[in-house]
Amino acid sequence: MEKREFHVTAETGIHARPATLLVQAASKFNSEVSLQYQDKSVNLKSIMGVMSLGVGQNAEITITTDGDDEADAMNAVAETLKKEGLSD
Amino acid sequence: MRTMLKGIAASDGVVCGQAYRLVEPDLNVERRTITNLDTELNRFHQALEAAVSDIETIKTRATKNLGADSAQVFSAHIAMLQDPELIAAVEANIKEKRVNAETAVAKVTADYEAKLQGLTDNPYMQERITDLHDVTKRLTGHLLGVTLPDLALIDHPVIVVTHDLIPSDTVSVNPQYILGFITDMGGRTSHSSILARNLNLPAVVGTQDATERIPAGETVILNGTRGNVIVQPTVDELATARREMKVRVANQRRLESLRHHETISKDGVGVMLAANIGTASDLPAVLENGAEGIGLMRTEFLYMDADQLPTEDEQFDVYRQVVQSMAPRPVVIRTLDIGGDKPLPYLKTKHEDNPFMGERAIRQSLAHQNIFRSQLRALLRASAFGQLRIMFPMIATLDEFRQAKAIYDDERSKLTTAQVPMGKIKVGMMVEVPAAALLADRFAQEVDFMSVGTNDLIGYTMAADRTNQDVAYLYQPYHPAILRLVDRIIHAGHAAGIPVAMCGEMAGDPIAVPLLLGMGLDEFSMSAGAVLKTRELIGQLNAHDLQSLVETALNSASTSQEVITMVQAAVPGVLQK
Repeated sequence: MEKREFHVTAETGIHARPATLLVQAASKFNSEVSLQYQDKSVNLKSIMGVMSLGVGQNAEITITTDGDDEADAMNAVAETLKKEGLSD
Repeated sequence: MRTMLKGIAASDGVVCGQAYRLVEPDLNVERRTITNLDTELNRFHQALEAAVSDIETIKTRATKNLGADSAQVFSAHIAMLQDPELIAAVEANIKEKRVNAETAVAKVTADYEAKLQGLTDNPYMQERITDLHDVTKRLTGHLLGVTLPDLALIDHPVIVVTHDLIPSDTVSVNPQYILGFITDMGGRTSHSSILARNLNLPAVVGTQDATERIPAGETVILNGTRGNVIVQPTVDELATARREMKVRVANQRRLESLRHHETISKDGVGVMLAANIGTASDLPAVLENGAEGIGLMRTEFLYMDADQLPTEDEQFDVYRQVVQSMAPRPVVIRTLDIGGDKPLPYLKTKHEDNPFMGERAIRQSLAHQNIFRSQLRALLRASAFGQLRIMFPMIATLDEFRQAKAIYDDERSKLTTAQVPMGKIKVGMMVEVPAAALLADRFAQEVDFMSVGTNDLIGYTMAADRTNQDVAYLYQPYHPAILRLVDRIIHAGHAAGIPVAMCGEMAGDPIAVPLLLGMGLDEFSMSAGAVLKTRELIGQLNAHDLQSLVETALNSASTSQEVITMVQAAVPGVLQK
């Protein structure tokens, strides 16, 4: 299992566009990918789950990947976060 | 039974064909208890697939018309329909409650909606409720056996019947299959009409109840020249309509031969014909119709079709695309004209009792300089890619122009220091406030060009809102009072040695064109669909002879009707309107 914390820098938080791209990135892998924010955890392959968290600017989030391709899954998610300017 | 509906002639031409109702079908869901679980789960998955396939089609069309960025929202819609948690929740609901899939979908999506609704500190996410609704409707439709209509899904030639069209509908139009538009709402200058004229498709708007009176698939004749629609026409009427369609096609072919020609009057006076656009997706129509430039690019849609202020980079991408595609032809981009009648939902604007006379356009820009400055920087950066001109809207006083120009100069010098490449830019103004028209000679000393915005100039001069049907009769482009103002502006410009353009509907109006040519207007900017017709018309006119027509109209006409009669007498055979 891999676990990494991120600080959301984007002014608009994780809104529709990045949420879609994150879900698309996570869905490419077999591993279970989850997103934790405050006391809630959701499946990162579920756009409704991600959007219903309402992650805003300056949120501290934790991504967990668990499965046979967990390292690749984590890298893909981290790269998407960076590319979309969501996190450093 | 044969019936005739009356509306407003919004875009010329006659077509006949089958009606395609762009109207939301009844999507009421009935709760049923199911007996066969597998059948129900199957039904759910088939509907999911059908809905995804619809959205893929819509997304492809949007990508083609507007680019991948604008089609992004449809990727979110597809992700919703493929959401493993949502699918599992619906399946569980069907299994546990033994209810039909429609009921389970309604329950699960309502739960998600409640969650989004609860995000009161995150308005962006609350707005996603609209997306969830769109997706739920499409899915429910397929469960009920009806496809939610969408312009992008049309795959054979039809006449579209709808309540109203909005700017973003341009995204979904495939002109190959759309013969014309009939709408319940709108007037000659509403979005539906502008869209139809840009695409050169006949349209009748403001019929009040076309969507109630025209059944799906019914044969109709749409007459966009006279402003009526015949439902279930007679055999004779159909034959006449088909003949008119043929003439129209032949006319179109003849006009197309003028596409690469210059615009020159019979006696050798050259003018420039340009097009008005709202988004980059209008560019193909501009080039197809042989426009010699863009005389007005409105920038409002960039702001209105978004759920937050567009960033400087997002704007730069659009402006650069337009300037570059048109180069070396000139492109006039108007800075933001919002406020009042065109509020932005994500900017908290004060309520105004009289928005048309409120803080709109340049007034709004000067009061909220951060928005204005970011737009100017995007424009300045885009100027490196072609011939850009910047125009400020709604200038009433010289002081406003000077303030706006000072902000422009300030941003320009900052970018120069930062060594950002920029081109030469002409900075001008819209003349649409009567005060500015009357003082045009003073303005002409300080601006690089003037462009007459006739829609607002007529509105403010006649004190009538053109979208209000009860006073729409006061929208009179040929009224002598309007002609005197326009003539004054053109003379003021020429006396100061600067060009004068016109970028309202009037510039492509066959009655107004002879007058404007006679006055010496330099640039005519209109909807793309009117460019070739106007080029042909100007080629048949003798500019010098028209000066006496102008003199008579300015000095001795008292009404709009008198002007029309004078033009028709002076230019026989050219005008039938």
